[in-house]
Amino acid sequence: MATAAAPRTDRTPADGAPGATADTAAHQHAFDTAVAAEERIEPRDWMPDAYRATLVRQIAQHAHSEIIGMQPEANWITRAPSLRRKAILMAKVQDEAGHGLYLYSAAETLGTSREELLDKLHSGRQKYSSIFNYPTLTWADVGAIGWLVDGAAITNQVPLCRCSYGPYARAMVRICKEESFHQRQGYELLLALSKGTPEQHAMAQDAVDRWWWPSLMMFGPPDDSSQHSAQSMEWKIKRHSNDELRQRFVDIAVPQAESLGLTLPDPDLKWNEERGHHDFGAIDWTEFKEVLKGNGPCNEQRITQRRRAHDEGAWVREAAAAHAAKHAGSTGRTGATRA
Amino acid sequence: MTATVPATAALALGDDALVLSHRLGEWAGHAPVLEEEVALANIALDLLGQARVLLSMTGDEDELAYLREERAFRNLQLVEQPNGDFAHTIARQLYFSTYQHLLYAELAAQEGPFQPLAGKAVKEVAYHRDHAEQWTLRLGDGTGLSHDRMSRACDALWRFTGEMFQPIPGVDIDWAALETSWLASVTDVLGRATLTVPEGPRTGAWAAGAGRQGLHTESFGRMLAEMQHLHRSHPGASW
Repeated sequence: MATAAAPRTDRTPADGAPGATADTAAHQHAFDTAVAAEERIEPRDWMPDAYRATLVRQIAQHAHSEIIGMQPEANWITRAPSLRRKAILMAKVQDEAGHGLYLYSAAETLGTSREELLDKLHSGRQKYSSIFNYPTLTWADVGAIGWLVDGAAITNQVPLCRCSYGPYARAMVRICKEESFHQRQGYELLLALSKGTPEQHAMAQDAVDRWWWPSLMMFGPPDDSSQHSAQSMEWKIKRHSNDELRQRFVDIAVPQAESLGLTLPDPDLKWNEERGHHDFGAIDWTEFKEVLKGNGPCNEQRITQRRRAHDEGAWVREAAAAHAAKHAGSTGRTGATRA
Repeated sequence: MTATVPATAALALGDDALVLSHRLGEWAGHAPVLEEEVALANIALDLLGQARVLLSMTGDEDELAYLREERAFRNLQLVEQPNGDFAHTIARQLYFSTYQHLLYAELAAQEGPFQPLAGKAVKEVAYHRDHAEQWTLRLGDGTGLSHDRMSRACDALWRFTGEMFQPIPGVDIDWAALETSWLASVTDVLGRATLTVPEGPRTGAWAAGAGRQGLHTESFGRMLAEMQHLHRSHPGASW
């Protein structure tokens, strides 16, 4: 909800506004004022088309990342080495499906539908985070994902809790709480391995070596080549630049790696007293672009599995809809699941 | 009922929950709709929680789960059946959760070593049963295709339902009454779902009580190989 009730009367609802062209300037002014005043924009408020489109793209991509992101971790559910770890991993993957649900709902407040967004994912018209195109090759990868990938996601997402669009900001508050829990569990998993047998320690180090650079890529391209950044920052969708967030993440991760007893695979990584930050080596942006283009290690596999789950589930969704239609108005619980 | 935990019973009930939880875990990332990703994982987690309590009553949960071989597992053959399509998973859930709900309600009502667990788990299991019933209704009384698939799934798993009522030593309940209630409930749900109660035998010469004696079906060994591989590759390690 908007924090202050009074200024909302300055803004005109999107629906039923007569003479839209004449009013556009007034709408735009009210919108700009609200954003500048750190007020939340709500679904029925007028908003620029480009703001709406940017949010749909970003929230959808975020939702898609949650559901594609289930795959690399679910890959280890049936092989988890203890019942405690298995329970933690199952709960985490379940949370990710839940996050996907919150985010699709948030996107739907902007006038799209989950069905439409899934269709765009399946047809490659919308993307998901490049990180999930890397494979989970050992059990330690589950820990590395928790510590590094969730850690990077949190660094990116905590500022979104203050995003100008209300439904997205509120979804992020819930999601960030659960993500930081997952991140601690991932760290704790790696710690157990690092302090375990030599084989377990080696497994942990190998996983961190493979996940470190892809995690840094999660913050997106460098500031000088980031297309949407300036506009998103102006709209207060985004609060910090890609490079700022990446630096923040590196500064947090370095001491954590030390306390884990693991090294980070970057010979150029060192503390810079003058800057008060860690310097780090160059990211392989060619690899990043290839992964974005669909040429990462698992792009094909991830989208194929997602499409297959959706296609093979079509008869189930149709059955639920048919059942609901037959029993519409009856007092029995039908509770049809939306496709 | 003595205060000591009957090991056979703890293993039988614990293995049922452990194995079915594992099968449901295989659905992660493959469910027909996001809500079912959440629901199936939720049920799997409940069952895994029950398994951990039950196995811990008679030993170390990880040793029991990861270091026993196929012939030492005491779960029902029903719960180890492969997921198949969504209808097979739901039919397996309907048969098992109805059984488990009735059984745990009995155990929760009588003094004994399983009372604390059953008292807590019966609430979870009631939800599992409701989930299975609702989906049986949707699939049975949905489209022609879903009706056929649900009907086939109910038939295919029917042969494994008899072993549920082989008495478990250490579980002191009226097994014949449990079977009567189970049949009545399943008959009612299938009827409302416009499905017919399968006609085949519920106990074959081989299947009757076989899982409880460590005699399993072929897919079970492969399931255990996957489940136990990592743990067995690092003897003595902690995770």
